[in-house]
Amino acid sequence: MLELKHVSFQVEENGKEKKIVDDVSLVLPDDEFIAVTGPNGGGKSTLAKLIAGIERPTAGTILFDGKDITGLSVTERARMGISFAFQQPVRFRGIKVLDLIRIASGNDKLTVAEGCEYLSAVGLCARDYINREVNASLSGGELKRIEIATVLARKTRLTIFDEPEAGIDLWSFKNLIQVFQNLREKIRGTILIISHQERILNIADEIIVLSDGKLKQAGKKEEVLPGLLGTGDAYPTCGRFE
Amino acid sequence: MNEIEKRIIEEVADLHEVPMGAYNFRVNGALDSRNTTENVDIRSKADGTGIEVYVKPGTKRESVHIPVVISASGLTETVYNDFFIGEGADVLIVAGCGIHNCGSQDSEHDGVHRFFLKKDARVKYVEKHYGSGDGEGKRILNPVTEVTMDEGSYMEMEMVQIEGVTSTVRKNIATLGKKANLVVHERLMTHDDQFAVSEYTVELDGEGSSANVVSRSVAKDRSRQTFVSKLHGNAMCSGHSECDSIIMDEAHIEAIPEITANSPEASLIHEAAIGKIAGEQIVKLMTLGLTEKEAEERIVDGFLK
Repeated sequence: MLELKHVSFQVEENGKEKKIVDDVSLVLPDDEFIAVTGPNGGGKSTLAKLIAGIERPTAGTILFDGKDITGLSVTERARMGISFAFQQPVRFRGIKVLDLIRIASGNDKLTVAEGCEYLSAVGLCARDYINREVNASLSGGELKRIEIATVLARKTRLTIFDEPEAGIDLWSFKNLIQVFQNLREKIRGTILIISHQERILNIADEIIVLSDGKLKQAGKKEEVLPGLLGTGDAYPTCGRFE
Repeated sequence: MNEIEKRIIEEVADLHEVPMGAYNFRVNGALDSRNTTENVDIRSKADGTGIEVYVKPGTKRESVHIPVVISASGLTETVYNDFFIGEGADVLIVAGCGIHNCGSQDSEHDGVHRFFLKKDARVKYVEKHYGSGDGEGKRILNPVTEVTMDEGSYMEMEMVQIEGVTSTVRKNIATLGKKANLVVHERLMTHDDQFAVSEYTVELDGEGSSANVVSRSVAKDRSRQTFVSKLHGNAMCSGHSECDSIIMDEAHIEAIPEITANSPEASLIHEAAIGKIAGEQIVKLMTLGLTEKEAEERIVDGFLK
């Protein structure tokens, strides 16, 4: 279980203090699919980074299974069972897809066949990708899937996806929904997914709405989603492409 | 050979046992062992300054291993090796030098390699440099490679220096005839107070000749590197050189590209980039459970692979 207690993140902008995340308290129960939505610039990605340890809160505490992890590094949190899928996956020259999956699984001897399973799970023809370099020759959609495959390989108890729909084409996105649906069915931990997409919100158990860094709403999908439909916080699939 | 020498042979030539085909092992300034084949002859030069390797025309899929090991501190040598590759031959040549210096005196091996490729000959040349030993004596390697390529010949050079060489000044000169094609892949890593210079001069003399010189390097600690590439397009030709470096700690890297066209039909490109490891790459690997240091090592290993 992940718990945020009065978490804030403040930066200095043009000589003024600006609160990106403002006094957010939350409890993310185990084995739930939780979507975070809200307007752009509302603090969603920052919140995800605070949980993964990529940013450190300027106030408040973060507890993972009752343990205070506020001061722990990215590595320590990763080893405790927190995974993070980047909004813009990172490219590496010279590092192959299989290398990344091996690092993610913590098993340097992971076989090609085992590695391929993770790629197949995200809808990539494994044989074509397993020995590719994670470099600029891959498209945004391909990278996104590989990013998701690496976090799947970690099999951690909390997985955070930062806007998986960002930067990919509509066709790839439709396929990606299927990946999350599969994930949803085989869930073995908590999934926290930042998204504007109605179709992703629709498969969530709970929805959290962040705006201006503040927690606006949190509750069961059935309670929260109807109020979001037709607003910028829940795009129909085509909304962002119109 | 003793255990240290065998280990160095493994490092520089990937050899765990006596290789198939022709070979010439040089240990501490003297011939250790040699094998010739029906198609590949190796002879000592009359003046004792090196060897001559003759590959018969039409030879296919044969290899020549010529590793050099220095395990004695204070040994300095210059060796002149010539390679004559017959028309239409296709061979793998694995050179490489390893110095193990436990003493206080400097050890140095300067190898001057000249290649003469006849028409349509193909050579893959692999040269690895390696240093070890905890003595104060320096481990110095100053190789010179001169390549003369006749019509339609192809040469691929893999130059690798990953660890332990205190200082290197490498000079490579290639002259390309009609439709000759040269490909160079250099991988270099320097650390501590090491110093490395790589200089490539390619004369694209023949119509339709082409060259691609690609260097990837990592400079750590206080090490210094200089990469110079000079492509001279003297006919209808194409040339590309690329230098991509990761700089770390207090290192220093210079990349000096020079492209000269002496013909309006020459097409030449140079690319050079120097930068540190992107922070997001390290963070990404940390989210997969690696420490910052482990992440850095994986990125460097991948980059130089």
